[in-house]
Amino acid sequence: MTDLPQTTTRKMGLVIDLDTCVGCHACVISCKGWNTENYGAPLSDQDAYGANPSGTFLNRVHSYEVQPEQGPAQLIHFPKSCLHCEDAPCVTVCPTGASYKRVEDGIVLVNEDTCIGCGLCAWSCPYGARELDLAAGVMKKCTLCVDRIYNQNLPEEDRQPACVRTCPAGARHFGDLGDPNSDVSQLVAARGGIDLMPEMGTKPVNKYLPPRPKDTLARSQDQIDVLSPFLAPVAEDTVGFLGWLDRALEKLPGGSN
Amino acid sequence: MHPAPSVILFTTLSGLGFGLLFFLGLGMPEVTGKVAFVFYTIAYALGVGGLLASTFHLGHPERAWRAFSQWRSSWLSREGCCAVAALLIMGAYAIGAIFLGTHWTLLGALGASLSLGTVFTTSMIYAQLKTVPRWNMVPLTPALFLTLSLAGGALLAGQEGQAMGLLALAGLTLLAYWHQGDRAFAQSGTTLASATGLGPRGDVRAFEPPHTGTNYLLREFVYVVGRKHAMRLRAIGFGLAILLPLICLSLPISGLLAKHLLAALAVLSHIAGVAATRWLFFAEAEHVVGLYYGKR
Ligand code: SF4
Ligand code: SF4
Repeated sequence: MTDLPQTTTRKMGLVIDLDTCVGCHACVISCKGWNTENYGAPLSDQDAYGANPSGTFLNRVHSYEVQPEQGPAQLIHFPKSCLHCEDAPCVTVCPTGASYKRVEDGIVLVNEDTCIGCGLCAWSCPYGARELDLAAGVMKKCTLCVDRIYNQNLPEEDRQPACVRTCPAGARHFGDLGDPNSDVSQLVAARGGIDLMPEMGTKPVNKYLPPRPKDTLARSQDQIDVLSPFLAPVAEDTVGFLGWLDRALEKLPGGSN
Repeated sequence: MHPAPSVILFTTLSGLGFGLLFFLGLGMPEVTGKVAFVFYTIAYALGVGGLLASTFHLGHPERAWRAFSQWRSSWLSREGCCAVAALLIMGAYAIGAIFLGTHWTLLGALGASLSLGTVFTTSMIYAQLKTVPRWNMVPLTPALFLTLSLAGGALLAGQEGQAMGLLALAGLTLLAYWHQGDRAFAQSGTTLASATGLGPRGDVRAFEPPHTGTNYLLREFVYVVGRKHAMRLRAIGFGLAILLPLICLSLPISGLLAKHLLAALAVLSHIAGVAATRWLFFAEAEHVVGLYYGKR
């Protein structure tokens, strides 16, 4: 039955640091690479080398511009994949039982042998985390790399989702968000991690760490750049040698007069 | 939302078919023999035809039988179960009417309520989705599907008296649905600010999408092609589905042939109108995932 489990033993998930993500899309590529070759049907592309390419991806990176009331706009890169929601609507709407949430670790998966490809689960996901693969006719979604994280054949350090392992900026963290003492939970607590679209009632497990306010740095006196005193103008008045240099430089092409 | 022809066909036709079965199950009209055969053939062609059409958009139609298993949580599964139960029970009732000339009233009543239940479960597939605020309106969305199905059923069953009232009711529901639906997205409170969680920091604007081409999400959920004609289509749909049939039914004509022709016109116009409003039902519906792309 696609009823959701009352509770899950662990809540495995990702913590994504919007302060650190540099928008390089390495996680997108490593995800596609790993998941095309491993768990389930490959992530197909259509017209890959043609005029109108499109394909199935389980992780995508958006970029947003945020304009604060004062100060310059900020560019924020925003990776998005399945958030392995506690109240996952995608599981309960599934008519076949193909979509399920695991009791042992809370990972939301699709059984590709029973999925009829009706697409309703993708309709019910507010985050666009599910994509129907056009070649296989079944629903694809982030598996949190179930075939890596418990894989005894991989070296210890590789037993992480491919995106986390790949991220060169260390913007993605993997762990048990149900355990308040885990590294990821402490990170969320320290940085004020947030839920996406909390009003949808999905209770996502994955958390997002808001970017730190970059534009206040220049304004606060004590945190000013240590080099800035050396960058002050050496002379404001133009007399003597400096005066001559100033006039001579201005005569060159590109000078101010 | 992408208006898939198979789904529009399915909800329109099966809605009509189950509406007709509802009236037949209640003995309106109380037909037997050959006449009953014609009525039930039409009802089953619409109901079963619609159901079959709905399997065309599946990635794996051959596994469709699995969809009967999750009735405990899934409205789509409940719809499948309800539809098959209604068709089986009404089939038994039809055998009585066609071949034995009897009406098993209790069986008919059960079949009638299952038929209506099928339309209700169909509507709940859409109404349950918080992600599409325009659909996520209970009881308006179910009311829309039910009143249209009942009005169409009454038309097909030749129940002119009921048809007039039900058409008027369906018309009012349609207007209410449009009125409320146009406000639903704003009322849902979901914005790019809540979608990204960046709202408290300032004005959020989609700067760069994750991919240069299109993808499944954009094709399926961000369908904006028909929106600029929405008002015109609403007028056409309302005119064909509600007004023209109402006019046809209320014209004071006595000749039997003319009456039949008018009734046929009313039915055809109604079907075309419902199909047009169903197209709009999908094309106008905005999925919240569009926000991530700076669209709706
Ligand atoms: S993010 Fe979407 S696909 Fe993933 S569990 Fe939540 S609702 Fe389901
Ligand atoms: S597409 Fe597959 S997993 Fe999704 S709801 Fe339909 S049957 Fe279930």
